[in-house]
Amino acid sequence: MGLALQMTGVIASIIDGVLVGAVYGLAAMGLTLIWGVMNVINLTHGAMIMLGMFALYFLTSALGLPPYGAVPVTITAGFVFGVLVYWIAVHRVIGRAHLMSLLSTFAMNMVLIGISTALFSTSPYNVPVPLPGVTWREYTFTGTHIMAAMLALLLAGLLYLLLYRTRIGKAIRAVADNRDAAELNGIPTTQVLSFAFGLGVALACVSGTLIATLFPFTVLSGGAYELKSFVVTVLGGLGNPAGALIGGVALGLIEGVTASFMPLNWTPIIEFVLFVVALILFPRGIFAFARA
Amino acid sequence: MTIKKLVLIAAAALLTASPALAADDMLTIGFTVSRTGKLNNDSIAQMRGFELWRDELNDQGGIKVGGKQYKVNFVSYDDESVNARVQQLYTRIINQDKAQFLFSPYSSGLVATAAIVSEQYGRIMLTTGAAEEKTYKLGNKNLFQVYSPADLYLAGAIEAVKELNPKSQVALVYKDDPFSKAVLQSARKQVSEAGLTTVLDEAYSPETTDFGPAINKIISAKADVLLGGGHYPDGATLARQLYDHKARLKWVTLLVAPDSPNFATLGEAAISISVPSQWEPQVSFKPDFGPTAAEFTQRFQAKYGIEPGYHAAGGYAAGLLLQRAIEQAGSPEQAKVAGVLNSMDVTTMFGRTKFSTNPKEHGLQMGHEMVIAQWQRKGGNVVKEVIWPKAAKSSDVVY
Repeated sequence: MGLALQMTGVIASIIDGVLVGAVYGLAAMGLTLIWGVMNVINLTHGAMIMLGMFALYFLTSALGLPPYGAVPVTITAGFVFGVLVYWIAVHRVIGRAHLMSLLSTFAMNMVLIGISTALFSTSPYNVPVPLPGVTWREYTFTGTHIMAAMLALLLAGLLYLLLYRTRIGKAIRAVADNRDAAELNGIPTTQVLSFAFGLGVALACVSGTLIATLFPFTVLSGGAYELKSFVVTVLGGLGNPAGALIGGVALGLIEGVTASFMPLNWTPIIEFVLFVVALILFPRGIFAFARA
Repeated sequence: MTIKKLVLIAAAALLTASPALAADDMLTIGFTVSRTGKLNNDSIAQMRGFELWRDELNDQGGIKVGGKQYKVNFVSYDDESVNARVQQLYTRIINQDKAQFLFSPYSSGLVATAAIVSEQYGRIMLTTGAAEEKTYKLGNKNLFQVYSPADLYLAGAIEAVKELNPKSQVALVYKDDPFSKAVLQSARKQVSEAGLTTVLDEAYSPETTDFGPAINKIISAKADVLLGGGHYPDGATLARQLYDHKARLKWVTLLVAPDSPNFATLGEAAISISVPSQWEPQVSFKPDFGPTAAEFTQRFQAKYGIEPGYHAAGGYAAGLLLQRAIEQAGSPEQAKVAGVLNSMDVTTMFGRTKFSTNPKEHGLQMGHEMVIAQWQRKGGNVVKEVIWPKAAKSSDVVY
């Protein structure tokens, strides 16, 4: 009986892991899209996730929106803000040494974290989302986890449609493949780059909003998910949105499994060992086969 | 005006502005606050305690020493919840800002770093928000601990659980940091001495964001009691997820987080969660000097608009104790003040205070006792009540 309960617990942790992993995947898609299109490692990623979290808090508490009603607002506002950040901090460093874009986005990250700390301090915020869960024996899968995973998959699907079924998507892929050739074919590449950056930031923001429906958060919470996004993009292959989603689910699964069989404090160690191993053995990503 | 003259004027202005030239009727107390970073919630509460004490004292004219009155001036910086900053800033506070006395930063980890600097320069430091005993067992001579040490944090909860159900199955799930590990090291022994069964004993990484797998482990272990947690962000997340996952525990005691008034923002998830507390507004100690707990609570609320938790009360008490020591020493001289602190055995609004003078654990708190507070629903509101020890309780246990 004890063993059966334990095995059920392991399965429950795996399911939990996959659910939260889909949200990690969505966050990482934003990071990897920007890298894939413009070869910029966006270090404002964690700050954007955090802004998405606070967007949920203010949209629900100040404007009285239902929690999931905040999702389209966050995507739109995130996109506009992303385009703005592109023109402020990214445009001039595109095509230059990677260190330039790293420094530029890192500085922007510090500005955003600094302003947010001054406005909200680093105190924790909580947005209770009353959504009934599913109980299986002694274990409960929360409604918020299930909803967050479903929305993450839906948004990933919409991104796929945007990239592969629309003209702007075609333009983004063309610019990612060869910016000069795209320019010669009359594609306004600068606008496309700013659109892609806006899209990447919108994904980071909305993943932050979904994470904030699951857990309490602070101004500094984005950092942990930025790190996870790096692990996920390395698993899925940098610049590969489909791989990022699979990588995210894989990371969630690994967290669920390792926590079940090993001491809890080993989880980050296993994650980052995997990060190094993936970098050495699969520099194009473990899930490179998913590369479109 | 020549450039040379301008430089001379600038240099003169800098010298005049130097904090080293403080007035001789002013005592400078230095400390760092985690205004930003992961410890800011509790650290700012502690700072407010310091500030309320200073403001009230200065309004009354200052610390009376012989026929003279010293007003108190604070020098404080944001340590960003980072050890390296604490080391740099305490050095600056002593060398450049010439602080005569020190208060500690918040948290055992930061205090361990600050203590190295304060000892190096032989400055008295009243430590508040620092329960881990290790720092006091390194031969330090100038530290004075206001809080009860870490080994007593969960003793009351274990005693209460034993009385409620001696066959309880206990899960110990705690943050992998110096303070929580120190608390749990003693708790592990106390659980076994109480005859309770430990069914799970694991630390979680300080970076943990999702406690789902940990909670599934607690359920699989068939635990009905959970003791653990760490600090605010992780403790609040764990409490919220325990509720979301319907973990069906009969008793949950988490360290630190549930003591913060912010914990009430968790709503239903806060209900029945308990916390070992250094102090609660309901305590009824008869102070030898200074305000009663009720008076302090009322003044704190009037100034900051929120009810004080134990971090704020600890900060205020540190001020009161230092003030008393300086007054009784009849001089702000370090050795004389340290002498008074060493022989001090007093009761304030914070409870009894007596420091160990045993050289092996000098400054360790020997007199103070803790209580257990629990979040309960009263008349539609989420409120914190004292439930243990029975002699101090303001409400019955919700089990």
